[in-house]
Formats: sequence, structure tokens, C-alpha cells
Amino acid sequence: MCNTRGPAMAEVKVLSRNPDDYVRETKLDIQRVPRNYDPTLHPFEVSREYTRALNATKLERLFAKPFVTSLDGHRDGVNCMAKHTKTLSTLLSGSCDGEVKVWNLTKRECVRTLQAHEGFVRGMVVRFCGSSFFTVGDDKTIKQWKMEAPGYGEEEEPLNTILGKSVFTGLDHHQKDAVFATCGQQVDIWDEQRTSPIRSFTWGVDSFSAVRFNPVETELLASCASDRSVVLYDMRESTPLKKVIMTMRSNTLCWNPMEAYYFTCCNEDYNLYTYDMRFLDKPITVHMDHVSAALDVDYSPTGKEFVSASFDKTIRIFAKDGGHSREVYHTKRMQHVICIKWSLDNKYILSGSDEMNIRLWKANAAEKLGVMSPREREAANYNQTLKEKFQHHPQVRRVARHRHLPKSLYHQTKELRVMKEARRRKEMNVRKHSKPESVPLLTEKEKHVVTVVK
Amino acid sequence: MSTTETTDPAVLLPEGLWHKLHRKPAARYWKDPQEVARKDGNNVGKTGQQQAQKANKRRLVEDSEDEEQVLSGKSDPFPGPAPIPEDRLQKFKRKDKTKTSRSQHYKLKDIITRSEETSEMAQKQAARLDLVLPEDAGFLEGDEDEDTCTISQEDIADSVDITSATKHFSLKLSQFGPYRVDYSNTGRQLLLGGRRGHVACIDWQTKHLMCEINVMESVNDVKWLHSEAMYAVAQKKCLYIYDSKGIELHCIRKFNDVLRMQFLPFHFLLVTASATSFLQYLDVSVGKEVSATCTKTGRLDVMCQNPHNAIVHLGHSNGTVTLWSPNQKEALAKMLCHQGAVRSVAVDKTGMYMVTSGMDKKMKVYDIRSFKPLKSYFLPAGASCLSLSQRGLLSAATGDIVQVYRDVWSTPVTKPYMAHRVQKAVWGMHFCPFEDVLGVGHGDGFTSLLVPGAGEPNFDGLGANPYRSAKQRQEWEVKALLEKIQPDLITLDPTELGRVDHATFEMKHQDRVQALGFDPLAKQKFVPRYKKKGRSSAGNHEKRKRKVAHEDLREDIQKTAEANVTTERERKEKKEVLLSGKRSALDRFKK
Repeated sequence: MCNTRGPAMAEVKVLSRNPDDYVRETKLDIQRVPRNYDPTLHPFEVSREYTRALNATKLERLFAKPFVTSLDGHRDGVNCMAKHTKTLSTLLSGSCDGEVKVWNLTKRECVRTLQAHEGFVRGMVVRFCGSSFFTVGDDKTIKQWKMEAPGYGEEEEPLNTILGKSVFTGLDHHQKDAVFATCGQQVDIWDEQRTSPIRSFTWGVDSFSAVRFNPVETELLASCASDRSVVLYDMRESTPLKKVIMTMRSNTLCWNPMEAYYFTCCNEDYNLYTYDMRFLDKPITVHMDHVSAALDVDYSPTGKEFVSASFDKTIRIFAKDGGHSREVYHTKRMQHVICIKWSLDNKYILSGSDEMNIRLWKANAAEKLGVMSPREREAANYNQTLKEKFQHHPQVRRVARHRHLPKSLYHQTKELRVMKEARRRKEMNVRKHSKPESVPLLTEKEKHVVTVVK
Repeated sequence: MSTTETTDPAVLLPEGLWHKLHRKPAARYWKDPQEVARKDGNNVGKTGQQQAQKANKRRLVEDSEDEEQVLSGKSDPFPGPAPIPEDRLQKFKRKDKTKTSRSQHYKLKDIITRSEETSEMAQKQAARLDLVLPEDAGFLEGDEDEDTCTISQEDIADSVDITSATKHFSLKLSQFGPYRVDYSNTGRQLLLGGRRGHVACIDWQTKHLMCEINVMESVNDVKWLHSEAMYAVAQKKCLYIYDSKGIELHCIRKFNDVLRMQFLPFHFLLVTASATSFLQYLDVSVGKEVSATCTKTGRLDVMCQNPHNAIVHLGHSNGTVTLWSPNQKEALAKMLCHQGAVRSVAVDKTGMYMVTSGMDKKMKVYDIRSFKPLKSYFLPAGASCLSLSQRGLLSAATGDIVQVYRDVWSTPVTKPYMAHRVQKAVWGMHFCPFEDVLGVGHGDGFTSLLVPGAGEPNFDGLGANPYRSAKQRQEWEVKALLEKIQPDLITLDPTELGRVDHATFEMKHQDRVQALGFDPLAKQKFVPRYKKKGRSSAGNHEKRKRKVAHEDLREDIQKTAEANVTTERERKEKKEVLLSGKRSALDRFKK
């Protein structure tokens, strides 16, 4: 709007906006929002962002409702579970009365029930192709079953049955070969076509509780033995590779699927230990928080987190390098959690517990399920970034860390803390009154390893 | 894609088609940060980067070879993203680059570099958007040997377009004057408060009268709250809040004898200064008094806020200006600004400069980050009212003359930019946000003046949007309330919250003690065990205590003494070696 009024006049321009540039034309349009990112037009940006972050954290806690559903139908405690390798919606579970159930998770219903064993179903694994699955039970048998249900009028029959010499306590299948491993009094490697093991490993112990194939170095195995050790094997060799003996027994272990040289074992001493299989002399991380024995562990498919089930009736989620859990799940009705699985789409956690139920949890408690609109997605991402940015501010941290625990658990945690402190104090006093350097200072990582044998 | 795959089709396809299929994708700002840097480098042309420029040239040559493969055979004359002027980049710069030290953890280093990359990208994007903003600021330029201050309002109104011309108007309200003035934060609504009780709110652009009441009491000040739906009126006895229809919503008796008011829009705080020297903060979102401070400095009738950090500045009759936050009972700072009483204070929107005027007929400019005077001007009549616009124009009222100055803090100003005489003495003055308009309330009503170059030309649609619809306003209100800043976050430096707090050991320890309920580092008092058969007599008790007393101290002393001995020995050995002058070839392996 530069107007000149004759030769001797001044040049003048005054702000004059055309409202048509700023207002929508019809009611069917969306509103026009011109932006100007000039920092002086947006004062207090840090304080405002902080407030937003605090609100986002509070909302996260508000929306943290992790429990999705419970699958009931078993008539005894759920002892083992297996993820289907090809479909996300299928889950297999075996109970303490020898029954195996196949679940459809999307419909939340049991699609097939079979009486697999007499006594406990001890272990279960789906073949890598997804067409069949194996079960072992207290009746000393290994059975292979077809994944499809038998047709109308047909009998529920296993494809193969192998009668072993002793009770099997667990099994795992090779990633791509027709080979599987079982454990019991020894670790056996089986060919699917044969009825006797192609290889047996023993190392002076009488029973093993779990065996797992390495997902990347597929010929490697690890097992937990009852002499408080974790033993590593190479399938191609005739003798075990090495073992680490700890102060207490490990129940199960799980390999990190992305960094497969790490594995995590859950121990009777309430802790979980992540080891690097190359350096077994001390764990990489000790994961503490459970107040009773940890019974099962499973990694997320991203390998960044894992979930553990415990005798203390809780499920905890740990970062792979976090010493303490980021999340704890519990309900009033859930009893000792026996088995746990992290679904292969990284979204859900499945837990099987003593009181015959399988529970489906969200892996990320505050996540919204279902399809999100782009705006919603954008807002969620923005809030996530804000939460990360301000996570160390005391107010934000306090809100983000707060978890409600059952009273008994809360007191047990406190009690354990007191006990630990007392032990530390005592050790300090012992050190004080003994010859210098005769009582070495041990870190938490070194405390729990007795020795490494090769 | 393996090499065999790329070469095979080239044999089969005609050359042009091959290029068409495998043409390089268009340049994107997120793809090649080096190219952006290169363009910047070329643009700025910094010295001492000869090496880098050479490398860039080499790369340019390589690139141009690549460009030649385009189907048309022509190369892009402007390869890469468009350059961004350095001053625009500077405008959006938040902080300098963090110095990385070697001792930093690799994960931390990674986090820092990544966050810096994103902020740099954001800075560039914002600077790019700044280049295409639709509106330009207004200006007024006289011919050579013509002062702009001699140009009258009528001349300006004649020479601009009709809509702008209607923004210059006068309201003759001689009955209830003089008038206080306030514009809402979008600049659309005007609030007038006459000394003798007349309160009116007007949509001043359409000249639509929203409400008009007479409160039948003297009115000291009027202020819009966060939106145009509510305003506060400081009346003779207490503070009242009305809605835009003139209906009384609240009467706040706790806030009495209020003379001046300020509203902190991001904190939702109404700050009042009273004749009884009380400074009070009212949270208007929950209706609670946040703090009340007795400043003990007499009648408070000079007040302004720093829009950058929400600190309130008060001017006093002894010539001092004091800075206040609701979190502290004492002033944050006291500045002696004038010889006589302070008449008016104003702070610019960047929070860098404060302009004061006093009874000593001086107008002074201060840098309030360092509390140092920058400029001092002598006004023959002294300025009774000061107001700063969004783009840094200063208006000063001396009696019935309104003068507008430009660049008061950067260059020594001799002449006003504009001047205008109103009918009676000026009582209140306010620049309209996002418009080139200065509203002046005086004894004879209200005058709206055109001041080219006063307002910010481009508003942000998510902040104060003058063109927002009712729905947009509602949404904005909810959002604004959700991100209301708590009053305890008001500090002199608003970016302090974003910086690392290097808490001292004592502070951390104090927090820990408070959290635990006991001091974990405190030494336990030694209590001798009770012994039977008279061995725990008072004397024995004390004797055993004395044995343990100062045990730790003794240990420490022992250690330091040992360390001293060893260092002394080492020093001597070194000295001996130096004195003897004989150095064997193996000495270098010694420690």
C-alpha cells in the first residue's frame, strides 16, 4: 500500500491486511492458520514445553491401563506357552493336567483343546515352519502335533511320539533345521526323524530346567542346570562349551534376539542376570526389583526390553541394560506367574499363571490400541518427545516413576531394602575389623558369580 | 542394488530412457545437510575456510558432472536447496553448540549430536518460512529535508487506503474522562476506562460497541484478561471482573485500592499494585490469590511487566525501579533510575531494554539483563506515559503531546519519529498489537493514531490470532489453560529451566536426607556395650568411649602422613636423578 501524494509528499505504508487471506472462504473449509515462528512471539518456550511435558506425563499415567483380557478355560495352572512362529493371533498353552489349548487371540477364544500328556505339560515349542508343534510332559514322552485341528470325526492323534528314558523338563526347536533339543537329566539333541537322541550332553549335574537355542548362531544352545549353573553348548561338538556357576539356581533363560551374544537368565535369588556369552565371569547387568524368585523371562522382538514373570505375582518389564524395571503389572486375581511371552509384534505380553488364566497385557501400558488418526499419531509422538526431553526434571520423574503396588509387595520391597542395607553394614564392619584387603570390595555384578568352568 | 543390476539395463535401454529411469531424485532439505552447509558457506563467504571452500568447489565440479546426465542436457543453474540469509538463521538461534569433551560418555555424545542436528534443522526450516511470510511492516519516509514528525495524522490517513484510514479516529468523551486504555492480546478489542466510572469495550475496527457501563465509582485502571470475554476494572474500593457484556462476574474485596494492573497471559495472573503499597497476584484461572507482597514503598502508581520473563517492574517516588516476582517477598532488583520520582516504565518484548521517565524530565534506556544504563534523553516537559510497540517504537506523552520515537536504544535520537497533539492531558496510552495503531486515552476521550511500522506484521495463528473464529478461540483457550505456566516458574531468566542444574553435593545430600528421613552419611554415635559386674560404671563407660573417640580422624591423619612421606621420597629421588645428571637409556621406562 505505498501511496505517494504528489512530488513533495512522504511515502507511507500502514499495515492493512485483507481478511480474505486469513479467514476461510466457506464453512466447509478448514480454518486458516498462518504461522510465524519468531521466538519473540512465543515467549516462555521452555516453561511452556515443560508444562506440556508434565501434562503429557500425567496423561500417560492416567491412560496406563495395561490389562487387555484374560483367557480362561484351563482346568489347572498354566505351565508353559508357545508363540506361533507364523501367525500373530495364535497362542498355545499347556497346563499342569496335561491339556494343551490353542487360542485365537483376536477372538479371545480357545479354538482347540487336546489332552497331550498325563501329568504336567513341561515344555512346548512350535516348529519354525508353523505347521506342527512339539510337547514334552511328565509321562516321559515327546509328542509332535499337527497345527491344524483334526477333521470332523477324526481322533486327536500326535504325528509322532517318542518315549524317553526320563522325564523331560523343557524343549526348544532349532531355527531352521529339523532338529530339536530337550532337557531333563541331560540335554539331548534330537533329529525329528529318529527316535533316539543324536547327541546327549551331561556335565556332572542331574537335572536341567530349561534349554534354548541361540536365534542367530543357530548351533549354539544354553541351558539352566540345577547345580546353579548356566551351561553353553555347541550342537556340533560332543562336549559342552563352558558354564557359569552362580550363587543360586537359574530357572530359565532367554537369548536377546537382536544381539544374540547376550542372554538373560532369571534366578531364584529374585534377580535377573544378563550375560555376554563370551565373558561369563560377571554379568553385564543385574536386574533387580522382584521380591520373589523370577520364574520366566522373554525378550521383546526388538531386543531392547524383556519381560519377567515372578513368584511374587507380578510381571516386570526391564530395559535390556536397566538395573531396575520400568514397569510392573499385577492384578488382585493373578497368582504366581509361571510363564511369560512377549508377542512377536512387540505390542503385547502374555502371562500364564497358577490360577489357570492366561492374561494379555499391553507392552506399553499407556499405548492406545487400534488405528490412530494422523493428528492423534502426531500428538502422541510430540508428547513422547517432550517426555523424553524433560524426563530428568524431578516433578516429571516423580510422576513417571510412580506405580501402585499391593501392600504386601510394597512392604516386602521395603523389608528387602532394609535387609540389604543391614548386610552391607555388616560387611563394612567386617572389613573394618579385619586385615586390610582381606575382605575385598565386591560389586553387585561380582557378588553372584561363583566361578566359570570351561 | 548390486552393480550387475545397474549395468545390465543400461546395455538394453536407449540412453535417454536409462537416464530417465535412474535420474537423481529431487534435492530435499533433509537429504543432504552438506549441500546446505556448502550453500551457506558460499553465501557468507567466511575467511579462513579456504580449504573447505576448495573441497566444496571440487564437490561442485563433481556434482555438475552428475547434473549433466539429466535428460534435457541442461544442468540446474541453482543446484541444492536455496541459501538462507545469515541474519534470519541468527533470529532463530536458541543456543550455541555444546562443547563435547573427550571424557563424555559415547551415548551422551550421541544424544547431544542428534539433538543438535534436529534443532539445527528446525532452525533452518523456521528461517526458510520466515522468508515467505506474507506481510511486510509499515513505514513512513519523509522526503529529503522533511521531518516525518511534521506529517500530520490527517495527511497519513489521506494517503493510505480506506480501511487503514478508518483506523484513525477520535472519540469525544469529555464527560467521564480522563481515560485509561487497553487492547486485547489479539488487538481486536479496545477497553476504555474513564476516571469517573465510564467503562466501554469496543470492537474498534468495526466500531461495534460491545458494552458500555458506568460503574458509579472512580475507575483507576482497566485490563483485559486472557481473552476478550472478560476484563478487570480497578475501582475505588476493590477489584471487579466483568464479562464482555458488562455483567459483573466477580468482586474481589481482597484486592483493594488498586491503582495499576498488569495481566501475565501465559501464567493467567492478574498483577495489581495498590495505593497501600501492596503488590498482589491473582490467578484468574482458579480465582486464587497467589501472593501478596507489601513493598513498603508507598503508593504504587507506576507499573509494567517484562513480557519476556513475566517480572513486574514498579516505579517509585524516590526514583527507584524495583523488579518483583511472586516467589519472593523482597524485590529481585532495585535500580536507582531518576533523581526525582519515576513517572512511567516500559519494557520491550524481547526483555532486553527498559525505558523509564521521571520527574527530572529525563527519559532513560536501560539494559535490564545487565542492569546498565544505555541512553539518557532530556525531554523539556518530561514524559508522563510511556508505551513500547511490538517492533520497538516508543511513544512518550508529554502533557497533551504524544511523541513517537524510533530506535531509542541503538542510536542517539534527536527528533521524534512522529508527533501529535491531543485535546487534553494524556492519561493512558497503548500500542495495538499486530496493527500500526496507537491508542491514546486523554481527558477529552480517546484518539486512535496511525503509527506506521509499530505493529508486528505477521501474527501466529496458534497464538494471538486477530482473525480467529469463536471455535478457534475456544480451542485456543483450552490449550492455553492446559499449558498455564505455574507462578513458581517465574524467574529473571526464563530459559533457566532448560539448562542443566549443577546441584552441589550439599543440596543433593539435603534432598536425600529429606527423602529418607535420616542422614545416611551421619556417623553413628558410639555407645559402649553394657557390661555386668560393675564394669559399666560411669568412669569405665567414659574410658571406653575415649578409646574410640577420634578414631576416624586418627585414621585420616595417618593416611595423609603416609602420603606425605611417599611424595617427599619420590621428590627426593627425582631431584637426585636430576642432580646426578646421568640418565640411562632405560630411565624412560621408569614411572
